[in-house]
Amino acid sequence: MTKGWKLYDPRLAWILVAPVLLLLLLFLLLPIAVMAVYTFFTFVTAGVETSELTLANWTEFLTDSYYHGFLLKTMRVGAMTAIICAVLGYFPAYFIWATNFRHKWLLLLLLIVPFWISFTIRTFSWIHILGEQGLINVTLLKLGLIDQPLQMLYTEGAVVMGLLHFLLPYMILNVYVSLESIDRTLISAARSMGCTSAQAFREVTLPLSLPGLAAGLLLCFVLAAGSYVTPQLLGSGRDALFGNLIYDTIMGQLNWPMGATLSIVLFVVLGCFAATYTRYMGMSQIVKGLGG
Amino acid sequence: MSGGRYQDKEGRWAWRLTGFITLCVYIFMFAPIIATVVLSFNASMFGGFPLTGFSLQWYGKLLSNEQVLAAFRTSLWIALVTAAVTTLLGIITAFALVRFEFPGKATFGTLVILPALVPETILGVGLLVLIKAVDQPRSLGLLLLGHIMLALPYVVLITQARMVGIRRTYEEAALSLGASRLSSFREITLPLLIPAVVASALLAFTISFDNTSASLFWRPAGVETMPTQILSMLKISISPEINALGTVMIVVTVGIPLVGGLILQSLTRLRKRVDAKGNA
Repeated sequence: MTKGWKLYDPRLAWILVAPVLLLLLLFLLLPIAVMAVYTFFTFVTAGVETSELTLANWTEFLTDSYYHGFLLKTMRVGAMTAIICAVLGYFPAYFIWATNFRHKWLLLLLLIVPFWISFTIRTFSWIHILGEQGLINVTLLKLGLIDQPLQMLYTEGAVVMGLLHFLLPYMILNVYVSLESIDRTLISAARSMGCTSAQAFREVTLPLSLPGLAAGLLLCFVLAAGSYVTPQLLGSGRDALFGNLIYDTIMGQLNWPMGATLSIVLFVVLGCFAATYTRYMGMSQIVKGLGG
Repeated sequence: MSGGRYQDKEGRWAWRLTGFITLCVYIFMFAPIIATVVLSFNASMFGGFPLTGFSLQWYGKLLSNEQVLAAFRTSLWIALVTAAVTTLLGIITAFALVRFEFPGKATFGTLVILPALVPETILGVGLLVLIKAVDQPRSLGLLLLGHIMLALPYVVLITQARMVGIRRTYEEAALSLGASRLSSFREITLPLLIPAVVASALLAFTISFDNTSASLFWRPAGVETMPTQILSMLKISISPEINALGTVMIVVTVGIPLVGGLILQSLTRLRKRVDAKGNA
């Protein structure tokens, strides 16, 4: 040990976290700061901008309803996805928690397996279900129930479906973690005091699992609203979300100042949701849900 | 309450409904993936249904696709380096966060998990704007460091959770017996941490190997990783080759953690048996 240093000297802690701190400063905080400055730069032509400060990008964003439409649609799709996730995800979480099934670990493992499978593959595999040559259309055609393939792919419904597929495990695991922390004797107590099972659920289990549900909702909303690949693969041009708009502005039009502006907008909007959440619920639930 | 058994009628119905929806959700989760795997063995030259016969030709075609092989190699080594570096950084960071009290600890703890919460599109654009501002080209090193940052939150959380359970008195005992700081960590803390280390490395590997959105922004011109290669192939059409490629990827990314987990489990069992013998 270095002379004159205490066993758990704060200076040593700083040395230990220095590499990670440096990485996060350079790759996370500095980029966001530079991006914020870039929103005031002047766009000249594709790929060229000057550091002359202007409010043009912000004025354009605030006045053009084209951007508002994207933002609203993204919020709507995000909220819709998060709510459907919550409704559909609560049942499996509850089932895994309450079941007597001996191989409960298997049900949990099956929820984790999708995290290991490439997101791109999971998303495009929906084309085999919803597409013109997909399972549903081919089956319905063969049964003679329809004579034209149904247009299911490249719709907003398909995008939401893909997002649900991606986000359901997050929701289920979050709710499950929250249910696991409930003291089960509370429910027995409620039942023995004369509650019906529905009352016991409504009065005890549901309220105590709300933190996990809230963490799941936030996570699903943020990840859905920030998605890029899903609308790209499963949606038509009209179903593009804010992430696609950012990508096209930067990689397509090479309008960097506007792309930075849009990124900052998305960052601030989603940050507001996250901040509201942490104000009431704190960070710990999210940390647990992410695998801590 | 014992498991899912309820006495009253409405409870029984609710339980059946819960079971049914759970089943549907699991089918929903796996049906598309199973469809992809099944279709990769389909003889039809279109990538979709109906099934026309069994064939392995798409796997053969894959093996002779130079672009795919190059993307696979790129992804593989980036993922391996990411796994190694992130795990190392994660151990050090978790050690500092669990054992030490220092000013700004709470803020730092939040900062570390931030990359998991900020959408990748924003992280992607941010880094790109930064290197444009300092006039640097995109490079493999940048992509690699980016992946490390993306995997870091999960690794730190996993390692931290395990580290909390290791009592510091063990390390302090070694120190008081004259061990150096480093050797007490190596001999005491690290062996106890092994399950978290393995889990972290596997997870970091998969996160890097699968990363799509951020890699689209960060990859150098002309370089494809596995997911971006799949994306650009999808722009043309859904070919049966993509199904084969998808299946290979699934086998790699699901197989490695499963095998890793099994090895870990049998190692722990073996060690327990050896310990038991040693004590007898």
